[in-house]
This record gives sequence, structure tokens and C-alpha cells, in this order.
Amino acid sequence: MRKYALLAVAVLVLGGMAFAKGSISIMVVWSGTELEAFQKVVGAFEDKTGIDVKVESVGRDLPTVLVTRFEAGNPPDLAAMPNPGQMAEFVARGGLVPVEGFVDLSQHPKAFVDLATVGDHVYGIFISADLKSLVWYNPDALYAEGLAPADSWDELMYITETLASRGKVPWAIGLESGAASGWPGTDWIEDIMLRTAGPELYDKWVAHEIPWTHPAVKRAFELFGAIVRNEDYVYGGTTGALSINFGDSPAVLWDEPPGAYLHRQATFIKSFIANAHPELDLDRDVAFFVFPPIDPKWGTPLLGAGDLISAFRDTPEVEAFLKYLASAEAQSIWCGALGKLAINVNVDPSIYPDALTAQAAEILKGAKIFRFDASDLMPAAVGSGAFWTGVLDYVSGVDLDTVLENIESAAQEAYGG
Amino acid sequence: MRKTRVHWLYLAPALFFLTMYLIYPSIRTIILSFYGPRSQNFVGFHNYITAFTSPSMLVAFRNNLLWVLVFTFFNVGLGLVLAVLLDRVRYEVLVKSIVFLPMAISYVAAGVIWKFMYAYRPTYAAQIGLLNAIVVALGGKPIGWLIERPWINNLALIAVGVWVWTGFCTVVISAAYKGIPKEMLEAARIDGANEWQVFWRITIPYLKSTLAMVTTTMIVFVLKVFDIVYIMTNGAYDTEVIANRMYKEMFLYQNYGLASAIAVVLFVLIVPFSLINIRRFRAQEAVR
Repeated sequence: MRKYALLAVAVLVLGGMAFAKGSISIMVVWSGTELEAFQKVVGAFEDKTGIDVKVESVGRDLPTVLVTRFEAGNPPDLAAMPNPGQMAEFVARGGLVPVEGFVDLSQHPKAFVDLATVGDHVYGIFISADLKSLVWYNPDALYAEGLAPADSWDELMYITETLASRGKVPWAIGLESGAASGWPGTDWIEDIMLRTAGPELYDKWVAHEIPWTHPAVKRAFELFGAIVRNEDYVYGGTTGALSINFGDSPAVLWDEPPGAYLHRQATFIKSFIANAHPELDLDRDVAFFVFPPIDPKWGTPLLGAGDLISAFRDTPEVEAFLKYLASAEAQSIWCGALGKLAINVNVDPSIYPDALTAQAAEILKGAKIFRFDASDLMPAAVGSGAFWTGVLDYVSGVDLDTVLENIESAAQEAYGG
Repeated sequence: MRKTRVHWLYLAPALFFLTMYLIYPSIRTIILSFYGPRSQNFVGFHNYITAFTSPSMLVAFRNNLLWVLVFTFFNVGLGLVLAVLLDRVRYEVLVKSIVFLPMAISYVAAGVIWKFMYAYRPTYAAQIGLLNAIVVALGGKPIGWLIERPWINNLALIAVGVWVWTGFCTVVISAAYKGIPKEMLEAARIDGANEWQVFWRITIPYLKSTLAMVTTTMIVFVLKVFDIVYIMTNGAYDTEVIANRMYKEMFLYQNYGLASAIAVVLFVLIVPFSLINIRRFRAQEAVR
């Protein structure tokens, strides 16, 4: 009996050691505070399981490093995917492990599971997201005009026209961003495109399966133009929109009297508002509503970006780590530290630094359709080049057909090569 | 016989560095310019066709020409005028120092400074840019200095370049001007020449080689102009220049083929001016 007990102990100890020896590697894009937060997430996992997780931070070079390592037959066990498009490419080359067999995805909104699905399998899990489809406003100022947040494009245009007819400026738009000028406009067009053309056509647009001269793209530009190219609708008119920095632009909403009433921008703009107006009580004086639907058929898709993790190898340790990353526990640590929005619906809203972030997280939970920022997914010559310049040209008065033809010619060169 | 071998030995270090840092990269760039974005497949003259036909490159060629004409004219012109006029005043050193001061500032810093100078705010807001504050104070409407195409924004950018380089031209031309024998000027005046005649008949001919050197140097500099445009507009609103296009294709879009082709085009544009400079320099050395 004692002999058996000893043997059992020995087996347990050896087994435990073998388990403790289990180590996995993950390649991530994060550095600085983001890396620190991720180390915290990893630390809690290591304490719980004894599995050693090696975090390799390669910064912005991740796409290149990851592809090189993959091609050399030496990928990490797991990696943060730059975006769903790149994930699909790894899937096509047979590199990734389907996760739906061992990760409980019922706690993730369908929109995010869909985004990580290729064919019949799910190849990655989202640990957090950022939300771009928001219209910010100053509640006191908007209500003082007898107006309320818009639930539809018509209402949004009604607010816009009403304010303009009273000699007020409805929108604050800032497209200037140094060498990256124009990107805030691309976000506008992407949000409109999702709402007028739907996610499938949006994906085709990203993949350049439809040309830039397609009527759907043209319509998205025109709807944006109906606001931004109207001198009475934008703070400073078109020259103002082109000259004013994106970060400075929303500040006028809280000036006395308000310089403008509405501002479309992602969650991160909150800190710019707080910097420009330190006297504000963010929970009371600052609010947003979701960029409203345009074509009822497509409802209210959300635009943003997300942190996606996929696995190149299937081992028990990798499975345990992915299960953990998908859990409310891991995402609470990660999002609590960074103010990012968690994907797991069971994450307690109290982990967020403020009510605005919690509210944005709530919106994300209800996401039916979520799409990545299109310009980030396109080849740089288009997504960080011709598209940006195209928006600036269009706003500054260049004929839309010329603008779209210019982007299309850049796209033919970029996607062709 | 021994002589030849020894001179090769002396030349070796210089030749080594020239080959490594100048000849090899140039040849490599020329080769890459015939390949695709990732330098893997041969594409013939495709990149050169793009470089000479794409709308953004055509704008860049036009703007580089504008830079060459306006930038060079104002720099050499202002440099000459300041050199000649300042020679007659007591506070010459002070003014020359002030004019020369921007030379100590990098293009990037100059771009940032002037972005503030050109800042735009709507008529109904307080102006934060000096130029628009002046315009509004005089009863005008604020101007989008960096946005109004095609002239205002390009000239606004060129003005920054002139602000930086006028000091250099002034100092060089001034040094040459002081080399004009005073007796010659005096003799001309005694003979009844007015200041205008002295300037055109004596000063200009005497400064000819200096002016030519400054002009070609400015042209070589300005053909490569990059920083100011990159910082202030990044080529938006038709302010693109060749070097900024090359930077974008190389580092942002990773189209190494097209970037190399643009580099070769720029190189070919600059070579004649460099040759003129070298020839003139040799001629001067020969005189000495």
C-alpha cells in the first residue's frame, strides 16, 4: 500500500513537474503600458497554472517578423494578429489552429466570432476592441437647443440643418494630423459605407474587388460631402476642417458659447477633450451616441479595431491559455488597466476607468456587425496614402470623380503588385 | 612601374569608401528600379512609366520646377540685395546675424514653427496664427495658407525655405562683395557712374562666379527638398515634391521599385547642376 502511495506521489510530482515545465510563446505588437498590462494578464495565468508564458514584443514590425518566422517554419505558439485579413491569410496557408472546439465562445458577441471565422472554423479570439462609430456632444449645449441625440441619418441631418438655420455651426471636424492628415475623414466614409452598402460590399471594397469608382463608394463620399463640404455645417468651413488638428477639433463643443455641437470620433478622443477642458466632469458634461443607421437594411454596424489572438500550435498549454484569454477574468485585467473595451460579455462594467468607457463597452456588447477600419486593412499606398489624400482633395473641392479615379489608379498599382 | 602601384595604394582607402558608399548603392538603386515593389520580379520600364505619368508625380515635377525657380530666385536675389545694401550700414553684422540665424534651425523645426505662423482659425474665433491675425486685424478674412491651391500653399512652403537659406546666400555673396577692390568702385564713381551703373557694370560682373556657384548650389539643394513639405503638408493639396514622393513609396508603401526609379530620376536631374558646380570650381582652381 505504502509502495503504491509513494509511486502515486512520484507520478504526481513528475507529472506536475512536466506540467510546470510546459511553456508557450506568444508574439505581440504591444510595448510600454500595453505590454505591462499584458504581462499582468499573463502573470495571473502563470500563477494559476504554472505554465510559463514567454511574451515576445516585436512592436510595429510584427506583420513582417511573423510572416518571416512562419515561412521559416518557426512561428511562435501564439501571436497577436495585425487584423482579421492577415489571420485569414495564415489560415489559407494552413498555419492556424481552430479554437471553437475548446474555447467557450458563447460569452463573445457573435459579431466578433464571425470576424474571426474563416469557412466553418473560428481561428482566433478577440480580447478587446476600440470603437470608432461614436458621435460626441455636449449634453447641456445640445439640449439647450431643444435637440436630442439622433437615432437615424434623417434625424442627424435634421439636427444639422436646424442648427445651421439658427446661425449655429453643427459639426466640429478636424482632418489635420501631420503626415497622416486625412484619416479622420476615412473613418467617416468607412462608417457611412458600412451603413449604406453593408458589410459584404465593405469587405469587397477593402479587398479591392470593387473599384473605387463603384456607385456605393461614390455615395459614401457624397453623404460625407453633404456635411463636410457645406461651409455652414462645419466649424471653420472646409478650410477649418482641413486646417484644424483632429485632437484640437472637438474642444469647441465645450466653449462658451459652443463653437459646434457634434463631433464624430473614436473612444480615444475623450482624453483630448479632458486635456482641452480640464474643468469638465466627464461623466456629466461629455456624452456620445452611436453614429446612426442610414439604410435600415444594414442597421447599426460598428467600426473599430480589435486585439485578435491566434494559435499556430495545438498543445494543452496553448488551449489553456486561449481559454483563459477569452475569459472575463483575463479581459478584466487587460481592459481595466488600459481602458480598452472587453469582448467577453460577462466582464463587470465596474472595471472601466469611467462611465463613458463602460457605456462604449455596453454598445460593443450589442454589436450585430463589427468591422475593422478599412484604411488599416488596405495596402499602405491606398489605406495610408491615396485614400487620405483623396479625402483631403475631396473636402478641398476637387471633383469627386477625379478623386476616386486617382485612388483607383493607386489601388491598381498597389493591389496588383 | 613602381610608381603606379604606389599610387593605387594611396588611392585604395578613398576608392574603397567611394565604392561602398556611392558607386555600389547607385548601381543597386538603378537595378532595383527595374524590379517590382518587393524587388523580386523584373518589370522593365514600368516604374519609370509610372514615375513620369502618375498624377501625383506630374504634380511633383511641376512643384519641383516651381521650387527651383522661385526658391532660387528669391534666395540669390535677396542674398545679393542684402549683401550690397548692408555693406553701407553700421549695423551690418547685427542684421547679417539675424538673417543668418534660421540657418541654425533644422528644416523640421522651421516647418513646425511656420505651421504655427500659418495656422488657420475661423473668422469667428481667435486667430492663433500670426499671419492670419495680421490679415484679420487689417479687416480681411483668414486664409488657409497651406490649403489654397495651387499658388498660395506652394508659395507659403517656398517662403519657409527662403527664410532658412537667405542667410547663407547673403553671407557668401557678402564675402565676395567685400573682395571687390574699393579703388575700382571709387574710380567708376569719380568717372561719373551712378550707383545703378556701378552695380550692373562692376558689382555683378565681379560677383558672377560667386553668384553662379550660389545659384547652382541652391538648385541642387532645392531639387532634393523634402523636410519642409513632409512636415507641413506631406504633399496634400498639390504640394507634392519628388523627394517626398520617393520617401512615401520607399518607407510607407514599400514599393522599392518605384522608389528607386524616382531616386534615379532625381539623381539624373541633379547631375548636370553638380557638374556645372564642379567645372566652375576647377576653373577657379586653375586661375589660382
